Amino acid sequence: MQLSVPIQGPSSGPSRLTLALRYLRRNKSLLVGLGLLAFLLIFSIGGSLLIDTSTRAYPLAAPSVQPPSAEYPLGTDKDGRDLLAVMARGILLTGTVGIIAGSVGIVVGVVLGFLAGYYGGKVDSVIRWVTEVLITIPPLILQIIIASTIVDKNKVTIFTMAGVASILSWMGTARVVRSQVLTMRERTFVSMAKLSGMSNLEIIFKELMPNMLPYLAASFVGAVMGAIGATFGLEVLGLGPAREPTIGMTIRWAQFHSAIFNQWWWWVLWPSLALIAIFASLSLINRGLDEIANPRVRRSE
Amino acid sequence: MKIGYLVRRFLFLVFVVWTAATVLFFIPRLSRVNPIRERFAEIQRSTGYAPRDLENIIKAFETKFGLDKPLIEQYLDYMGSVLRGDLGVSLMRYPRTVVDLIGQALPWTVILLTVTTLLTFLIGTGIGALAGWPRSPSWVKGMVTPLMVLAAVPGYLLGLLLIYFIAFRAKLLPLSGAYTTGRFLGPELSIEFILDVARHAILPALSLILTSVGFWALGMRGMGVTVQGEDYVNFAEHKGLKQGRIFYWYYVRNAILPQVTALALAFGSIVSAGILVENLYGFPGIGSLLNAAILANDFFVIYGIGMITIVAVGVSMMIIDLTYPLLDPRIRYDRK
Amino acid sequence: MTSLNGAGQIALEVNNLQVTYYTDSGRVKAVDGVDLTLKAGERLGLVGESGCGKSTLALALMRMIKPPGRIEAGSAIIHTDMGSIDLLKLNEEEIRQARLSKISYIPQGAMNSLNPVMRVGKQMIDAMRSHIPRASERELTERAEQALESVELKRSVFRMYPHELSGGMKQRVCIAIGILLSPKVIIADEPTSALDVVVQRQVMETICRVQEKIHAAVILIGHDMGLMAQITNRVAVMYAGKLVEVSTVREMFTDPLHPYAQALIRSLPNLDNKGIFQGIPGLAPSLLRLPSGCVFHPRCEHAMEICKSAPPPKSVTPAGRFVSCHLYDEQGNRAHVTGHKQKPVASP
Ligand SMILES: Nc1ncnc2c1ncn2[C@@H]1O[C@H](COP(=O)(O)OP(=O)(O)OP(=O)(O)O)[C@@H](O)[C@H]1O
Ligand code: SF4
Ligand SMILES: [Mg+2]
Repeated sequence: MQLSVPIQGPSSGPSRLTLALRYLRRNKSLLVGLGLLAFLLIFSIGGSLLIDTSTRAYPLAAPSVQPPSAEYPLGTDKDGRDLLAVMARGILLTGTVGIIAGSVGIVVGVVLGFLAGYYGGKVDSVIRWVTEVLITIPPLILQIIIASTIVDKNKVTIFTMAGVASILSWMGTARVVRSQVLTMRERTFVSMAKLSGMSNLEIIFKELMPNMLPYLAASFVGAVMGAIGATFGLEVLGLGPAREPTIGMTIRWAQFHSAIFNQWWWWVLWPSLALIAIFASLSLINRGLDEIANPRVRRSE
Repeated sequence: MKIGYLVRRFLFLVFVVWTAATVLFFIPRLSRVNPIRERFAEIQRSTGYAPRDLENIIKAFETKFGLDKPLIEQYLDYMGSVLRGDLGVSLMRYPRTVVDLIGQALPWTVILLTVTTLLTFLIGTGIGALAGWPRSPSWVKGMVTPLMVLAAVPGYLLGLLLIYFIAFRAKLLPLSGAYTTGRFLGPELSIEFILDVARHAILPALSLILTSVGFWALGMRGMGVTVQGEDYVNFAEHKGLKQGRIFYWYYVRNAILPQVTALALAFGSIVSAGILVENLYGFPGIGSLLNAAILANDFFVIYGIGMITIVAVGVSMMIIDLTYPLLDPRIRYDRK
Repeated sequence: MTSLNGAGQIALEVNNLQVTYYTDSGRVKAVDGVDLTLKAGERLGLVGESGCGKSTLALALMRMIKPPGRIEAGSAIIHTDMGSIDLLKLNEEEIRQARLSKISYIPQGAMNSLNPVMRVGKQMIDAMRSHIPRASERELTERAEQALESVELKRSVFRMYPHELSGGMKQRVCIAIGILLSPKVIIADEPTSALDVVVQRQVMETICRVQEKIHAAVILIGHDMGLMAQITNRVAVMYAGKLVEVSTVREMFTDPLHPYAQALIRSLPNLDNKGIFQGIPGLAPSLLRLPSGCVFHPRCEHAMEICKSAPPPKSVTPAGRFVSCHLYDEQGNRAHVTGHKQKPVASP
């Protein structure tokens, strides 16, 4: 039986950028998510450049509990922080924690996932076993225990937070990478590469990595979200960096001083909006990347 | 074969709980933080009271809690008491035991989280199922993405907004607590009391439900899209079945299988899932107990809560494994 | 039509059926003006290259064409003792009731056509219950078990789950479901392509036996000409969405009329060789960009000038054979060949 020849479209090449933009127009989640992220970055980096956030985001820089005004557009808190400076600096700090923990997570997760998936056998069993045990401990509980015992409460910095958040940030990535490697290991191009005498490591990085990029990007964003969420939980419970104006700590102080009951709405509103914007943008980006990795989901919409 | 499987599954549970308990035992001992000293430091910070011979008092406490013994002996003691269901005494409410405090808080948490978990599962899975069904109107299919974004927002944050707008500004619902303390001296079995608790639970429940419906919807939608293209769904239509019947018995019934696993896991994490929201609303469950323990450096309560969360997850994982074959005849007890 | 066993009144009449898929890259006329008549008890084989529209034709008769596909025109009339109905004019609820009871479909992917979480019996009862809601459970169970027996399965299969059955058994269950309500027409779309050769034959024989029992007309879609030769009465050859020839098995194999059918028959090595045809020279056309005139002309060794511009007429020979080719006039007689190439050859 003859097969009909697939029809080839004209392949005159529009530039990569046009292609990317054209793709973004179809992938609405990614577009909106990236847009929101860009806005947050411009606001916080721009804000940090325009005003001196290293003093104004800390106590006694302004009169206490001022509602939004011309001088203090977002108002001030009870300890005399200028909330505009707090927001600009807080988004950067919170983002830093997320990116550190997310990076640790992605590196550790990729390494473990590759080891487990590529070599299989004992390596795989041990890694799976550790993951299985860790899964039974709810992340927040484990992090609370670690943060409350190992760490000295009064010396917490944003790096401590990033460290604690990193502990569990690799598991999702490891799982995704492992299953992807397992399915790809069987495909012919890897065995071809083997025939051509490449070493295992070369095979892993040259052949498997490019295929996994969308998955990796999605799990990186996932790990960043997880880290920011975990950090927020610890901060709200009073296990955060008491001296730093992160978004979570700002909400913690607002709660601590009963800002809502005192009608200091601005103190609660801005950090809440900032955190919601951070989560919304990351989650949209994550969905968008997911669409790239699994085009099947898109077709249902 | 079935009995053998049961035994193996149970041994695995014991193993997981044992490993987790061991981890919990060693974490605090890896640090130089001394719980008793921390406790007195806390008392001093909050009341200004500093006992004169602090070191002696600490020594006495350490003897009492066995902290001065060799590590291996401490470990055996610890495991022995965990096995007996003894999680030690509370430092902040001495001499009440950890088990006692947890026992008091747990019912509140279990009731609140059981209701919200079930509702979330039903609503989310329902929306997801509709969103993955080709004949659904497009607005239903479009619901998943906003719900997913909402699911990225911590329940605590949504709770803050709900408190501000619904409880504080509009005064529609109580601000905090589990019941009106002025009306009832304590929990009692009466219609009024139950209604009062329900009124107090609405906002915490909403905060939890709205921020997790998206996960369920997304999961179900993903499975639904796959199942909806399966031959057996098509053949069901060829057989002339009514849409409703195909939707439920052929589509939902197959797509829901992974959701049920996730539901069991969600039930397992019931103890810890509401920690932040409980705190926000001053709901007297495990979350509030944990917060108090963190503030007071009451490590034994913290570990006790850690222990029961792990047991809860382990048990529910075992229950999934044992009941899954009932839902999916292809899985049998003797596999694995 | 001497070879029709027990052929009687007309069961299905398809006229000018047209189905189009509106794809991103253009409109695909997957079924383009098909006419077909089936008698009760008759077995018609439908053959053609992959992608020529066989499944689309079957799905259109079931009214199971989904977007981006659409039935554009035509009629498909089923004649029953109670009168005639046009499948293409029924509303949603009416076509639902007609499926399985008037016209049933035995799927290609039997491996996965049964609901994995439901017992076989429940799936059979489900099918009947949606057409005869008032029947008692006992009655339906008895009927389902009889249907299982009639496809050579044990009654105990009723209580089994699909994953406990072999591929051949699953296919038999699908056949049993297909005949539950004694439909007038049964369409079997490559019902055996997933099975091994021995089982294939057995399943085919089963289909024939149950079909004879309920005196239904069968449309058998497939690639295996050898199998077609042995079990069908007539063969319809489809090319790029159109029927090009419909003849009895004997006529088709000894004296095919249409050049495409001739090429098909010629390309059969011989009947012992299982008769899976190897294909003919040239490429099957993309349905997106069909040639003008006769769609077969780029591959046809008898192509004439007129073939490039005018679509061929539909002719019926005095013997009742259908052919669509400029070599034949409206009465199906060999028309003048306008000084071109050799005369059509009969197959070896
Ligand atoms: N859902 C669809 N969307 C778009 N085009 C379709 C769709 N289904 C079928 N087609 C197109 O319609 C044409 C006929 O397809 P059909 O499945 O009817 O062929 P077939 O003869 O059954 O092939 P096979 O022998 O491979 O089963 C093909 O060219 C195919 O590309
Ligand atoms: S119409 Fe012409 S091109 Fe088409 S099959 Fe007949 S002879 Fe060949
Ligand atoms: Mg087909």
